[in-house]
Amino acid sequence: MSSAERSPLFLPAIYVGGLVFGLGLAISGMARPEVVLDFLQFQDFGLLFVMGGAAVVTGITFFVATTFLGRAPITGDEYKRRVKSFDRNVVIGGSIFGVGWGLSGICPGAAYASLGIGNYPILWAIAGMFLGAYAQGYWRSARSADATEQEADHATSQD
Amino acid sequence: MTELTPLLALGDLFPRGILPYAVGGLLVGLGATIIYLSTGIIAGASTFLESTLSYVSDVDRFNRFKYVQSRDWRLVFTAGIVSGAAIWGLVLDPGIWTTEVQWWRLLGGGFLVGVGTRLGKGCTSGHGVCGVGSLSNTSLVNVATFMAFAIGTAQVVMALGVSP
Repeated sequence: MSSAERSPLFLPAIYVGGLVFGLGLAISGMARPEVVLDFLQFQDFGLLFVMGGAAVVTGITFFVATTFLGRAPITGDEYKRRVKSFDRNVVIGGSIFGVGWGLSGICPGAAYASLGIGNYPILWAIAGMFLGAYAQGYWRSARSADATEQEADHATSQD
Repeated sequence: MTELTPLLALGDLFPRGILPYAVGGLLVGLGATIIYLSTGIIAGASTFLESTLSYVSDVDRFNRFKYVQSRDWRLVFTAGIVSGAAIWGLVLDPGIWTTEVQWWRLLGGGFLVGVGTRLGKGCTSGHGVCGVGSLSNTSLVNVATFMAFAIGTAQVVMALGVSP
């Protein structure tokens, strides 16, 4: 979908969704590294309710939309499920992410929300995330240029 | 909000109660639902990193079509997350709050998060919430992997006496 064809409601809908999403991250405590670290150190299991509750809501949404509904009103796009291909990068990337999450107590969405509650030291983490994303992108671009291989990543989902 | 909870012996497992976590989780899911039902987009928070880098970098990886065509709404999504949290922090409850976790943990951990979420195709929201909600095997494997490594890392850091 090009931006020229977009409904004027497109960006407002994304914004409102993000707003509710961020409100939830703030209320849940996920935006606080201390709370996440307490969870990972088995001192507070509350975070199970955050990820569990959120996944139940999205699970019901995806089921109802793909089973009973047709197309999204604002974009006209068909409701589809998330389809990400599996390869070893899913495991390697998940491992690296896990070490980073366990060290810092912060993940991308929660970091943005943390900034919203005035936690300016989180800029260290956000800077680190951009540096990390840049490093892996630079490395993978250089590697694929060396091998003159085509991008194998045809994933169409939106994460 | 926290006063409402501890249920008997569960108090030890949930020292801050359950309600804020459950309410927060439902709102996170509701935010993803609003975007999905209105636009069909399954949103994750970590692609923002790559798509935003496409504004300032000419590295091929960041300038693929799917990043360039989504980079504006990802900025809006992230602005929404920041403002939603600000509504809670500045209007509804706790006031300005800052972390005690040391800067080098945030920077170093953030770097690994940046590498790992992009290599692994998603993060806690993309795989953990939306992917698990889709019962995607790829996401379930990713979540099990990052949970195991995160718990292991946090336990080691604690055992080494690094605090906070």
